[in-house]
Amino acid sequence: MAGPDKRRDGTGSRGSRLLGVGALVSVAALIVLAFVATDADVRTHPTTGEEFGQFDAVRMLYLHVPLAVLMYVAFVVCAVASAGVLLRRTAWWDVTAYAAAEVGTVLCGLVLVTGSIWGRPVWNTWWEWGDVRLMTTLVLFLLFVGYLALRRTTTDPRLQARRAAVVALVAVLDIPLINRSVAWWENRTLHQQSTLAELKIEDLTLFTLMFGFLAFGLVAWWLLVHRFRVGWLEQAATDHDVAIALAERRFETSATDLDAAIGRRDNREDPV
Amino acid sequence: MTHAGYLVAGWGISLVVLGGYALGLVRRGRRLAPRVPVDRRRWIDSPGSDRG
Amino acid sequence: MTPLASMSGRPVVDVRRFLVDVRLVAGRDLWIEARSRVVVAQVVPFALLVLILFGFALDADQRTLDTFAPGLFWVAVLFSALLAVHRSARLEQSDGTLDALRMSGLAPLALFLGKATAVFVQLLALEAVLVGGLLVFYGVEVEDPVLLIVAGVLAGATVASAGTLYGALASGLGVRETLLPILLLPVLAPVLISATRAFDDALGVAAVDGWAWTGLLAATALVATVVGALAHGVLIED
Repeated sequence: MAGPDKRRDGTGSRGSRLLGVGALVSVAALIVLAFVATDADVRTHPTTGEEFGQFDAVRMLYLHVPLAVLMYVAFVVCAVASAGVLLRRTAWWDVTAYAAAEVGTVLCGLVLVTGSIWGRPVWNTWWEWGDVRLMTTLVLFLLFVGYLALRRTTTDPRLQARRAAVVALVAVLDIPLINRSVAWWENRTLHQQSTLAELKIEDLTLFTLMFGFLAFGLVAWWLLVHRFRVGWLEQAATDHDVAIALAERRFETSATDLDAAIGRRDNREDPV
Repeated sequence: MTHAGYLVAGWGISLVVLGGYALGLVRRGRRLAPRVPVDRRRWIDSPGSDRG
Repeated sequence: MTPLASMSGRPVVDVRRFLVDVRLVAGRDLWIEARSRVVVAQVVPFALLVLILFGFALDADQRTLDTFAPGLFWVAVLFSALLAVHRSARLEQSDGTLDALRMSGLAPLALFLGKATAVFVQLLALEAVLVGGLLVFYGVEVEDPVLLIVAGVLAGATVASAGTLYGALASGLGVRETLLPILLLPVLAPVLISATRAFDDALGVAAVDGWAWTGLLAATALVATVVGALAHGVLIED
Protein backbone atom coordinates (compact mmCIF):
# COMPACT_ATOMS: atom_id res chain seq x y z
CA MET A 1 0.00 0.00 0.00
CA ALA A 2 2.04 2.92 -1.28
CA GLY A 3 1.10 6.57 -1.31
CA PRO A 4 -0.68 8.68 1.31
CA ASP A 5 -1.21 5.84 3.75
CA LYS A 6 2.47 5.44 4.29
CA ARG A 7 2.69 8.86 5.84
CA ARG A 8 0.23 7.91 8.53
CA ASP A 9 -0.63 11.50 9.31
CA GLY A 10 -3.35 10.43 11.62
CA THR A 11 -5.08 7.29 12.69
CA GLY A 12 -6.82 6.60 9.38
CA SER A 13 -6.01 3.83 6.96
CA ARG A 14 -7.69 2.38 3.93
CA GLY A 15 -9.14 -0.37 6.03
CA SER A 16 -10.47 1.90 8.70
CA ARG A 17 -11.96 4.30 6.16
CA LEU A 18 -13.81 1.41 4.60
CA LEU A 19 -15.00 0.39 8.03
CA GLY A 20 -16.11 3.94 8.73
CA VAL A 21 -18.11 4.20 5.56
CA GLY A 22 -19.68 0.83 6.25
CA ALA A 23 -20.61 1.97 9.71
CA LEU A 24 -22.18 5.20 8.50
CA VAL A 25 -24.16 3.47 5.80
CA SER A 26 -25.49 0.79 8.13
CA VAL A 27 -26.47 3.31 10.78
CA ALA A 28 -28.36 5.25 8.15
CA ALA A 29 -30.06 2.06 6.99
CA LEU A 30 -30.84 1.19 10.60
CA ILE A 31 -32.56 4.52 11.10
CA VAL A 32 -34.71 3.89 8.09
CA LEU A 33 -35.57 0.43 9.31
CA ALA A 34 -36.23 1.58 12.85
CA PHE A 35 -38.40 4.54 12.00
CA VAL A 36 -40.01 3.79 8.68
CA ALA A 37 -40.11 0.11 7.97
CA THR A 38 -41.03 -1.28 11.37
CA ASP A 39 -44.31 -0.70 13.13
CA ALA A 40 -45.04 0.79 16.50
CA ASP A 41 -45.92 -1.60 19.30
CA VAL A 42 -49.69 -1.37 19.48
CA ARG A 43 -51.69 -4.11 21.09
CA THR A 44 -55.40 -4.37 21.78
CA HIS A 45 -56.69 -5.39 25.14
CA PRO A 46 -58.70 -8.61 24.74
CA THR A 47 -61.65 -7.49 26.81
CA THR A 48 -61.78 -3.71 26.90
CA GLY A 49 -60.64 -3.25 23.32
CA GLU A 50 -58.31 -0.45 24.40
CA GLU A 51 -55.04 0.01 22.66
CA PHE A 52 -51.96 -0.36 24.78
CA GLY A 53 -48.26 -1.04 24.39
CA GLN A 54 -45.14 0.98 23.93
CA PHE A 55 -46.37 2.61 20.70
CA ASP A 56 -43.48 4.36 19.03
CA ALA A 57 -41.25 4.22 22.07
CA VAL A 58 -40.38 0.69 21.03
CA ARG A 59 -38.09 2.19 18.41
CA MET A 60 -35.61 2.78 21.24
CA LEU A 61 -35.16 -0.99 21.30
CA TYR A 62 -32.99 -0.91 18.20
CA LEU A 63 -30.69 1.61 19.84
CA HIS A 64 -30.53 0.66 23.50
CA VAL A 65 -30.14 -3.09 23.28
CA PRO A 66 -27.29 -3.15 20.73
CA LEU A 67 -25.45 -0.48 22.71
CA ALA A 68 -25.85 -2.53 25.88
CA VAL A 69 -24.50 -5.70 24.29
CA LEU A 70 -21.58 -3.87 22.71
CA MET A 71 -20.79 -2.25 26.02
CA TYR A 72 -20.40 -5.69 27.58
CA VAL A 73 -18.24 -6.81 24.68
CA ALA A 74 -15.97 -3.80 25.15
CA PHE A 75 -15.60 -4.45 28.88
CA VAL A 76 -14.86 -8.12 28.28
CA VAL A 77 -12.16 -7.10 25.80
CA CYS A 78 -10.79 -4.77 28.47
CA ALA A 79 -10.78 -7.55 31.04
CA VAL A 80 -9.03 -9.98 28.71
CA ALA A 81 -6.50 -7.36 27.69
CA SER A 82 -5.90 -6.51 31.35
CA ALA A 83 -5.14 -10.15 32.03
CA GLY A 84 -2.79 -9.93 29.07
CA VAL A 85 -1.05 -6.94 30.64
CA LEU A 86 -0.39 -8.92 33.80
CA LEU A 87 0.66 -12.08 32.02
CA ARG A 88 2.45 -10.81 28.92
CA ARG A 89 3.38 -7.26 29.91
CA THR A 90 3.64 -5.82 26.44
CA ALA A 91 2.47 -2.41 25.32
CA TRP A 92 -0.08 -3.88 22.93
CA TRP A 93 -2.18 -5.40 25.73
CA ASP A 94 -2.03 -2.21 27.72
CA VAL A 95 -3.09 0.05 24.86
CA THR A 96 -5.90 -2.36 24.01
CA ALA A 97 -7.14 -2.45 27.59
CA TYR A 98 -7.21 1.33 27.83
CA ALA A 99 -8.91 1.70 24.44
CA ALA A 100 -11.57 -0.89 25.20
CA ALA A 101 -12.22 0.66 28.61
CA GLU A 102 -12.70 4.12 27.17
CA VAL A 103 -14.99 2.97 24.36
CA GLY A 104 -16.88 0.77 26.80
CA THR A 105 -17.40 3.65 29.20
CA VAL A 106 -18.77 5.88 26.45
CA LEU A 107 -21.15 3.10 25.44
CA CYS A 108 -22.11 2.49 29.06
CA GLY A 109 -22.99 6.13 29.57
CA LEU A 110 -25.16 6.00 26.47
CA VAL A 111 -26.83 2.82 27.67
CA LEU A 112 -27.79 4.54 30.91
CA VAL A 113 -29.05 7.66 29.14
CA THR A 114 -30.99 5.83 26.43
CA GLY A 115 -32.34 3.42 29.01
CA SER A 116 -33.58 6.28 31.12
CA ILE A 117 -35.13 8.02 28.12
CA TRP A 118 -36.79 4.79 27.02
CA GLY A 119 -37.99 4.07 30.52
CA ARG A 120 -39.79 7.34 30.95
CA PRO A 121 -42.64 6.81 28.49
CA VAL A 122 -42.83 3.06 29.06
CA TRP A 123 -42.43 2.69 32.83
CA ASN A 124 -43.30 6.26 33.71
CA THR A 125 -40.09 6.87 35.55
CA TRP A 126 -36.66 8.21 34.69
CA TRP A 127 -34.94 5.94 37.16
CA GLU A 128 -35.80 2.97 39.34
CA TRP A 129 -33.75 2.01 42.35
CA GLY A 130 -33.82 -1.73 42.76
CA ASP A 131 -33.93 -2.61 39.12
CA VAL A 132 -31.11 -5.09 38.78
CA ARG A 133 -29.79 -4.24 35.39
CA LEU A 134 -30.01 -0.50 35.92
CA MET A 135 -28.10 -0.64 39.20
CA THR A 136 -25.46 -3.02 37.92
CA THR A 137 -24.90 -0.91 34.84
CA LEU A 138 -24.65 2.21 36.95
CA VAL A 139 -22.05 0.71 39.23
CA LEU A 140 -20.20 -0.67 36.21
CA PHE A 141 -20.11 2.85 34.80
CA LEU A 142 -18.71 4.22 38.04
CA LEU A 143 -16.12 1.46 38.23
CA PHE A 144 -14.78 2.32 34.82
CA VAL A 145 -14.93 6.05 35.38
CA GLY A 146 -12.58 5.27 38.24
CA TYR A 147 -10.42 3.21 35.90
CA LEU A 148 -10.16 6.12 33.47
CA ALA A 149 -9.33 8.49 36.32
CA LEU A 150 -6.52 6.18 37.39
CA ARG A 151 -5.25 6.10 33.84
CA ARG A 152 -4.86 9.84 33.77
CA THR A 153 -2.42 9.89 36.66
CA THR A 154 1.12 10.52 35.60
CA THR A 155 3.06 7.70 37.13
CA ASP A 156 5.60 5.37 35.65
CA PRO A 157 3.81 3.81 32.66
CA ARG A 158 4.68 0.25 33.56
CA LEU A 159 3.35 0.62 37.05
CA GLN A 160 0.28 2.41 35.79
CA ALA A 161 -0.41 -0.35 33.30
CA ARG A 162 -0.30 -2.94 36.05
CA ARG A 163 -2.43 -0.94 38.46
CA ALA A 164 -5.03 -0.25 35.80
CA ALA A 165 -5.10 -3.91 34.85
CA VAL A 166 -5.78 -4.88 38.46
CA VAL A 167 -8.55 -2.30 38.76
CA ALA A 168 -10.20 -3.54 35.55
CA LEU A 169 -10.06 -7.19 36.58
CA VAL A 170 -11.35 -6.54 40.08
CA ALA A 171 -14.14 -4.42 38.62
CA VAL A 172 -15.18 -7.20 36.28
CA LEU A 173 -15.00 -9.78 39.08
CA ASP A 174 -17.14 -7.56 41.26
CA ILE A 175 -19.98 -7.49 38.76
CA PRO A 176 -21.53 -10.82 39.72
CA LEU A 177 -21.49 -9.78 43.38
CA ILE A 178 -23.14 -6.50 42.58
CA ASN A 179 -25.68 -8.29 40.45
CA ARG A 180 -26.52 -10.78 43.20
CA SER A 181 -26.90 -8.19 45.91
CA VAL A 182 -29.10 -5.93 43.84
CA ALA A 183 -31.17 -8.87 42.60
CA TRP A 184 -31.96 -9.94 46.15
CA TRP A 185 -32.67 -6.43 47.17
CA GLU A 186 -36.38 -5.72 46.87
CA ASN A 187 -36.64 -8.26 44.11
CA ARG A 188 -38.26 -5.65 41.99
CA THR A 189 -37.16 -5.41 38.43
CA LEU A 190 -38.81 -3.43 35.76
CA HIS A 191 -36.63 -5.06 33.17
CA GLN A 192 -38.35 -8.34 33.86
CA GLN A 193 -41.92 -7.18 33.99
CA SER A 194 -41.25 -5.57 30.76
CA THR A 195 -41.69 -5.37 27.57
CA LEU A 196 -38.80 -7.28 26.04
CA ALA A 197 -40.56 -10.54 26.77
CA GLU A 198 -43.97 -9.25 25.76
CA LEU A 199 -42.88 -7.61 22.56
CA LYS A 200 -43.45 -9.67 19.51
CA ILE A 201 -39.83 -9.80 18.50
CA GLU A 202 -40.17 -11.57 15.22
CA ASP A 203 -39.84 -10.92 11.52
CA LEU A 204 -38.94 -7.35 10.75
CA THR A 205 -38.51 -6.34 14.37
CA LEU A 206 -36.02 -9.13 14.91
CA PHE A 207 -34.23 -8.36 11.71
CA THR A 208 -33.95 -4.70 12.59
CA LEU A 209 -32.63 -5.58 16.02
CA MET A 210 -30.00 -7.85 14.49
CA PHE A 211 -29.18 -5.15 11.99
CA GLY A 212 -28.80 -2.78 14.91
CA PHE A 213 -26.13 -5.07 16.34
CA LEU A 214 -24.35 -4.98 13.01
CA ALA A 215 -24.55 -1.23 12.55
CA PHE A 216 -23.46 -0.29 16.06
CA GLY A 217 -21.00 -3.14 16.02
CA LEU A 218 -19.26 -1.54 13.07
CA VAL A 219 -19.32 1.82 14.84
CA ALA A 220 -17.86 0.32 18.00
CA TRP A 221 -15.20 -1.52 16.05
CA TRP A 222 -14.20 1.67 14.21
CA LEU A 223 -14.01 3.53 17.54
CA LEU A 224 -11.93 0.77 19.09
CA VAL A 225 -9.47 0.71 16.19
CA HIS A 226 -9.00 4.47 16.23
CA ARG A 227 -8.79 4.68 20.01
CA PHE A 228 -6.15 1.94 19.94
CA ARG A 229 -4.16 3.84 17.35
CA VAL A 230 -4.42 7.06 19.35
CA GLY A 231 -3.22 5.19 22.44
CA TRP A 232 -0.34 3.69 20.50
CA LEU A 233 0.65 7.14 19.21
CA GLU A 234 0.53 8.54 22.74
CA GLN A 235 2.90 5.89 24.00
CA ALA A 236 5.19 6.30 21.02
CA ALA A 237 5.18 10.06 21.42
CA THR A 238 6.15 9.83 25.08
CA ASP A 239 8.88 7.32 24.33
CA HIS A 240 10.12 9.50 21.52
CA ASP A 241 10.22 12.60 23.70
CA VAL A 242 12.28 10.73 26.24
CA ALA A 243 14.63 9.49 23.51
CA ILE A 244 15.10 13.04 22.22
CA ALA A 245 15.84 14.38 25.67
CA LEU A 246 18.43 11.68 26.28
CA ALA A 247 20.02 12.07 22.88
CA GLU A 248 20.19 15.85 23.18
CA ARG A 249 22.26 15.50 26.27
CA ARG A 250 24.78 13.40 24.45
CA PHE A 251 24.96 15.24 21.17
CA GLU A 252 25.20 18.84 22.12
CA THR A 253 26.69 20.24 18.95
CA SER A 254 25.87 18.25 15.87
CA ALA A 255 22.29 18.38 14.65
CA THR A 256 22.87 15.61 12.10
CA ASP A 257 24.25 13.28 14.73
CA LEU A 258 21.20 14.03 16.81
CA ASP A 259 18.85 13.28 13.96
CA ALA A 260 20.63 10.06 13.20
CA ALA A 261 20.45 9.02 16.82
CA ILE A 262 16.71 9.39 17.10
CA GLY A 263 15.93 8.13 13.63
CA ARG A 264 14.58 11.38 12.31
CA ARG A 265 14.86 11.28 8.53
CA ASP A 266 12.07 13.02 6.73
CA ASN A 267 10.41 15.16 9.36
CA ARG A 268 12.50 18.22 9.33
CA GLU A 269 11.32 20.19 12.28
CA ASP A 270 13.12 22.28 14.85
CA PRO A 271 14.26 20.38 17.90
CA VAL A 272 12.50 21.38 21.06
CA MET B 1 -45.44 9.59 15.80
CA THR B 2 -46.05 9.15 19.50
CA HIS B 3 -43.25 9.83 22.00
CA ALA B 4 -41.42 11.72 19.28
CA GLY B 5 -39.58 13.89 21.77
CA TYR B 6 -38.10 10.88 23.56
CA LEU B 7 -37.07 9.25 20.32
CA VAL B 8 -35.37 12.36 19.04
CA ALA B 9 -33.64 12.85 22.38
CA GLY B 10 -32.49 9.25 22.67
CA TRP B 11 -31.31 8.69 19.16
CA GLY B 12 -30.06 12.25 18.83
CA ILE B 13 -27.93 12.18 21.95
CA SER B 14 -26.47 8.80 21.01
CA LEU B 15 -25.54 9.78 17.48
CA VAL B 16 -24.14 13.13 18.58
CA VAL B 17 -22.05 11.59 21.35
CA LEU B 18 -20.73 8.78 19.16
CA GLY B 19 -20.02 11.19 16.32
CA GLY B 20 -18.38 13.69 18.61
CA TYR B 21 -16.20 11.01 20.18
CA ALA B 22 -15.21 9.77 16.73
CA LEU B 23 -14.27 13.27 15.65
CA GLY B 24 -12.31 13.76 18.83
CA LEU B 25 -10.33 10.60 18.15
CA VAL B 26 -9.50 11.65 14.62
CA ARG B 27 -8.32 15.04 15.88
CA ARG B 28 -6.21 13.51 18.63
CA GLY B 29 -4.62 11.25 16.06
CA ARG B 30 -3.81 14.10 13.73
CA ARG B 31 -2.26 16.07 16.57
CA LEU B 32 -0.14 13.19 17.85
CA ALA B 33 1.15 11.70 14.61
CA PRO B 34 3.62 14.48 13.70
CA ARG B 35 5.35 14.01 17.04
CA VAL B 36 6.32 10.46 16.23
CA PRO B 37 8.77 9.12 13.60
CA VAL B 38 6.89 7.55 10.72
CA ASP B 39 8.07 4.03 11.33
CA ARG B 40 6.81 4.05 14.90
CA ARG B 41 3.36 5.44 14.28
CA ARG B 42 1.59 2.11 13.92
CA TRP B 43 1.84 -1.02 15.97
CA ILE B 44 2.22 -3.16 12.86
CA ASP B 45 5.10 -1.02 11.65
CA SER B 46 6.92 -0.73 14.92
CA PRO B 47 10.27 -2.48 15.15
CA GLY B 48 10.13 -5.56 17.24
CA SER B 49 8.36 -3.57 19.65
CA ASP B 50 7.18 -5.16 22.82
CA ARG B 51 8.07 -2.61 25.40
CA GLY B 52 6.68 -3.80 28.67
CA MET C 1 6.30 -17.14 42.88
CA THR C 2 3.56 -18.32 45.19
CA PRO C 3 2.06 -15.83 47.60
CA LEU C 4 3.79 -17.58 50.42
CA ALA C 5 7.23 -17.17 48.88
CA SER C 6 9.17 -14.34 50.37
CA MET C 7 10.27 -11.45 48.26
CA SER C 8 13.84 -12.66 48.23
CA GLY C 9 12.71 -15.88 46.59
CA ARG C 10 13.14 -18.28 49.48
CA PRO C 11 9.95 -20.30 49.87
CA VAL C 12 8.43 -19.77 53.25
CA VAL C 13 7.34 -23.13 54.49
CA ASP C 14 7.18 -22.03 58.06
CA VAL C 15 3.60 -21.04 58.76
CA ARG C 16 4.48 -19.88 62.25
CA ARG C 17 7.02 -17.50 60.84
CA PHE C 18 4.38 -16.25 58.44
CA LEU C 19 1.89 -15.59 61.20
CA VAL C 20 4.57 -13.81 63.19
CA ASP C 21 5.17 -11.58 60.18
CA VAL C 22 1.48 -10.80 59.88
CA ARG C 23 1.32 -9.90 63.54
CA LEU C 24 4.40 -7.80 63.14
CA VAL C 25 2.96 -5.70 60.37
CA ALA C 26 -0.44 -5.39 62.01
CA GLY C 27 1.20 -4.59 65.30
CA ARG C 28 3.38 -1.93 63.75
CA ASP C 29 0.43 -0.23 62.08
CA LEU C 30 -1.64 -0.36 65.24
CA TRP C 31 1.25 0.85 67.36
CA ILE C 32 1.67 3.82 65.04
CA GLU C 33 -2.03 4.49 65.44
CA ALA C 34 -1.78 4.22 69.19
CA ARG C 35 1.01 6.79 69.18
CA SER C 36 -0.52 9.20 66.68
CA ARG C 37 -4.17 8.63 67.47
CA VAL C 38 -5.29 9.66 64.02
CA VAL C 39 -8.20 7.24 63.89
CA VAL C 40 -9.32 7.88 67.40
CA ALA C 41 -8.97 11.63 67.34
CA GLN C 42 -9.92 12.37 63.76
CA VAL C 43 -11.64 9.55 61.94
CA VAL C 44 -14.10 8.55 64.65
CA PRO C 45 -15.23 12.12 65.28
CA PHE C 46 -15.61 12.51 61.54
CA ALA C 47 -17.89 9.47 61.43
CA LEU C 48 -20.00 10.77 64.28
CA LEU C 49 -20.13 14.11 62.55
CA VAL C 50 -21.49 12.44 59.42
CA LEU C 51 -24.26 10.85 61.46
CA ILE C 52 -25.07 14.15 63.09
CA LEU C 53 -25.06 16.04 59.81
CA PHE C 54 -27.49 13.55 58.37
CA GLY C 55 -29.64 14.20 61.40
CA PHE C 56 -29.69 17.90 60.62
CA ALA C 57 -30.15 17.45 56.91
CA LEU C 58 -33.03 15.04 57.15
CA ASP C 59 -34.93 17.38 59.44
CA ALA C 60 -35.46 14.31 61.42
CA ASP C 61 -38.27 12.98 63.43
CA GLN C 62 -37.99 9.67 65.13
CA ARG C 63 -39.63 7.64 62.41
CA THR C 64 -37.39 8.86 59.60
CA LEU C 65 -34.23 8.33 61.56
CA ASP C 66 -35.20 4.78 62.46
CA THR C 67 -35.76 3.79 58.88
CA PHE C 68 -32.60 5.35 57.58
CA ALA C 69 -30.34 4.50 60.48
CA PRO C 70 -28.74 1.37 58.96
CA GLY C 71 -28.08 3.05 55.63
CA LEU C 72 -26.67 6.18 57.17
CA PHE C 73 -24.54 4.09 59.51
CA TRP C 74 -22.89 2.24 56.67
CA VAL C 75 -22.42 5.34 54.55
CA ALA C 76 -20.66 6.93 57.51
CA VAL C 77 -18.51 3.82 57.94
CA LEU C 78 -17.55 3.80 54.27
CA PHE C 79 -16.56 7.46 54.23
CA SER C 80 -14.53 7.00 57.37
CA ALA C 81 -12.94 3.87 56.00
CA LEU C 82 -11.57 5.96 53.14
CA LEU C 83 -9.64 8.04 55.65
CA ALA C 84 -8.40 5.03 57.58
CA VAL C 85 -7.30 3.21 54.43
CA HIS C 86 -5.58 6.24 53.01
CA ARG C 87 -3.66 6.65 56.21
CA SER C 88 -2.70 2.98 56.22
CA ALA C 89 -1.35 3.25 52.69
CA ARG C 90 0.53 6.47 53.45
CA LEU C 91 2.49 4.69 56.15
CA GLU C 92 4.34 2.78 53.44
CA GLN C 93 5.19 5.89 51.47
CA SER C 94 7.57 7.55 53.85
CA ASP C 95 11.34 7.05 53.90
CA GLY C 96 11.51 4.02 51.68
CA THR C 97 9.58 1.92 54.17
CA LEU C 98 8.16 -0.33 51.52
CA ASP C 99 11.57 -1.06 50.01
CA ALA C 100 12.96 -1.85 53.41
CA LEU C 101 10.14 -4.28 54.07
CA ARG C 102 10.62 -5.97 50.75
CA MET C 103 14.30 -6.43 51.29
CA SER C 104 13.81 -7.80 54.75
CA GLY C 105 12.30 -10.96 53.34
CA LEU C 106 8.77 -10.22 54.40
CA ALA C 107 6.26 -12.28 52.45
CA PRO C 108 4.02 -10.06 50.32
CA LEU C 109 0.99 -11.90 51.60
CA ALA C 110 2.02 -11.17 55.17
CA LEU C 111 2.28 -7.49 54.34
CA PHE C 112 -1.21 -7.48 52.90
CA LEU C 113 -2.80 -9.47 55.71
CA GLY C 114 -0.99 -7.46 58.35
CA LYS C 115 -2.13 -4.13 56.99
CA ALA C 116 -5.66 -5.37 56.33
CA THR C 117 -5.87 -6.69 59.88
CA ALA C 118 -4.81 -3.35 61.29
CA VAL C 119 -7.44 -1.54 59.25
CA PHE C 120 -9.98 -4.19 60.25
CA VAL C 121 -9.32 -3.62 63.94
CA GLN C 122 -9.69 0.12 63.50
CA LEU C 123 -12.93 -0.31 61.58
CA LEU C 124 -14.40 -2.56 64.27
CA ALA C 125 -13.63 0.06 66.86
CA LEU C 126 -15.21 2.67 64.63
CA GLU C 127 -18.33 0.57 64.11
CA ALA C 128 -18.69 0.02 67.83
CA VAL C 129 -18.59 3.73 68.50
CA LEU C 130 -21.05 4.42 65.69
CA VAL C 131 -23.53 1.87 67.00
CA GLY C 132 -23.39 3.83 70.20
CA GLY C 133 -24.04 6.92 68.12
CA LEU C 134 -27.09 5.28 66.59
CA LEU C 135 -28.45 4.35 69.98
CA VAL C 136 -28.00 7.86 71.29
CA PHE C 137 -28.80 10.07 68.32
CA TYR C 138 -31.15 7.93 66.31
CA GLY C 139 -32.92 6.16 69.11
CA VAL C 140 -32.72 2.73 67.54
CA GLU C 141 -32.83 -0.49 69.50
CA VAL C 142 -30.70 -3.52 68.88
CA GLU C 143 -33.06 -6.46 68.47
CA ASP C 144 -30.58 -9.04 67.32
CA PRO C 145 -27.12 -8.30 68.70
CA VAL C 146 -25.59 -11.49 67.31
CA LEU C 147 -26.66 -10.62 63.79
CA LEU C 148 -25.42 -7.10 64.28
CA ILE C 149 -21.99 -8.25 65.40
CA VAL C 150 -21.56 -10.93 62.74
CA ALA C 151 -22.65 -8.63 59.94
CA GLY C 152 -20.48 -5.83 61.28
CA VAL C 153 -17.44 -8.08 61.48
CA LEU C 154 -17.87 -9.50 57.99
CA ALA C 155 -18.56 -6.13 56.41
CA GLY C 156 -15.60 -4.68 58.24
CA ALA C 157 -13.35 -7.45 56.96
CA THR C 158 -14.50 -6.86 53.38
CA VAL C 159 -13.91 -3.14 53.58
CA ALA C 160 -10.52 -3.68 55.21
CA SER C 161 -9.32 -6.11 52.53
CA ALA C 162 -10.64 -4.18 49.56
CA GLY C 163 -9.45 -0.96 51.13
CA THR C 164 -5.92 -2.24 51.64
CA LEU C 165 -5.73 -3.27 48.00
CA TYR C 166 -7.07 0.01 46.69
CA GLY C 167 -5.01 1.98 49.16
CA ALA C 168 -1.93 0.45 47.56
CA LEU C 169 -3.33 1.16 44.10
CA ALA C 170 -4.15 4.75 44.77
CA SER C 171 -0.97 5.76 46.50
CA GLY C 172 2.38 6.90 45.28
CA LEU C 173 3.81 9.70 43.25
CA GLY C 174 1.47 11.53 40.93
CA VAL C 175 -1.65 10.06 42.43
CA ARG C 176 -3.95 12.32 44.38
CA GLU C 177 -5.93 11.13 47.34
CA THR C 178 -9.13 12.09 45.53
CA LEU C 179 -8.63 9.00 43.40
CA LEU C 180 -9.22 6.54 46.23
CA PRO C 181 -12.93 7.24 46.78
CA ILE C 182 -13.88 6.98 43.14
CA LEU C 183 -11.99 3.69 42.87
CA LEU C 184 -13.00 2.05 46.12
CA LEU C 185 -16.59 3.07 46.74
CA PRO C 186 -18.23 1.55 43.63
CA VAL C 187 -16.48 -1.73 44.35
CA LEU C 188 -17.98 -1.70 47.84
CA ALA C 189 -21.55 -1.22 46.59
CA PRO C 190 -22.51 -4.85 47.37
CA VAL C 191 -21.20 -4.42 50.91
CA LEU C 192 -23.26 -1.31 51.41
CA ILE C 193 -26.39 -3.01 50.16
CA SER C 194 -25.89 -6.25 52.08
CA ALA C 195 -24.74 -4.72 55.34
CA THR C 196 -27.58 -2.22 55.36
CA ARG C 197 -30.15 -4.98 54.85
CA ALA C 198 -28.55 -7.06 57.59
CA PHE C 199 -28.67 -4.11 59.96
CA ASP C 200 -32.26 -3.43 58.93
CA ASP C 201 -33.09 -6.81 60.40
CA ALA C 202 -30.80 -6.54 63.40
CA LEU C 203 -32.23 -3.18 64.39
CA GLY C 204 -35.77 -4.26 63.71
CA VAL C 205 -36.30 -1.60 61.11
CA ALA C 206 -37.48 -3.74 58.22
CA ALA C 207 -38.74 -7.25 57.72
CA VAL C 208 -35.87 -8.76 55.80
CA ASP C 209 -33.85 -11.92 56.25
CA GLY C 210 -30.70 -10.45 57.75
CA TRP C 211 -28.94 -13.77 57.97
CA ALA C 212 -29.28 -14.37 54.25
CA TRP C 213 -27.66 -11.03 53.61
CA THR C 214 -24.98 -11.89 56.14
CA GLY C 215 -24.28 -15.00 54.10
CA LEU C 216 -23.67 -12.80 51.10
CA LEU C 217 -21.41 -10.64 53.25
CA ALA C 218 -19.40 -13.74 54.15
CA ALA C 219 -18.95 -14.47 50.46
CA THR C 220 -17.85 -10.93 49.71
CA ALA C 221 -15.44 -10.97 52.64
CA LEU C 222 -13.87 -14.15 51.32
CA VAL C 223 -13.63 -12.87 47.76
CA ALA C 224 -12.27 -9.51 48.88
CA THR C 225 -9.55 -11.11 50.98
CA VAL C 226 -8.45 -13.65 48.39
CA VAL C 227 -8.60 -11.30 45.42
CA GLY C 228 -7.12 -8.50 47.47
CA ALA C 229 -4.18 -10.65 48.52
CA LEU C 230 -3.46 -11.83 44.98
CA ALA C 231 -3.80 -8.41 43.42
CA HIS C 232 -1.75 -6.74 46.14
CA GLY C 233 1.00 -9.27 45.54
CA VAL C 234 0.96 -8.51 41.84
CA LEU C 235 1.27 -4.81 42.50
CA ILE C 236 4.13 -5.01 44.96
CA GLU C 237 6.29 -7.40 43.02
CA ASP C 238 8.35 -5.94 40.27
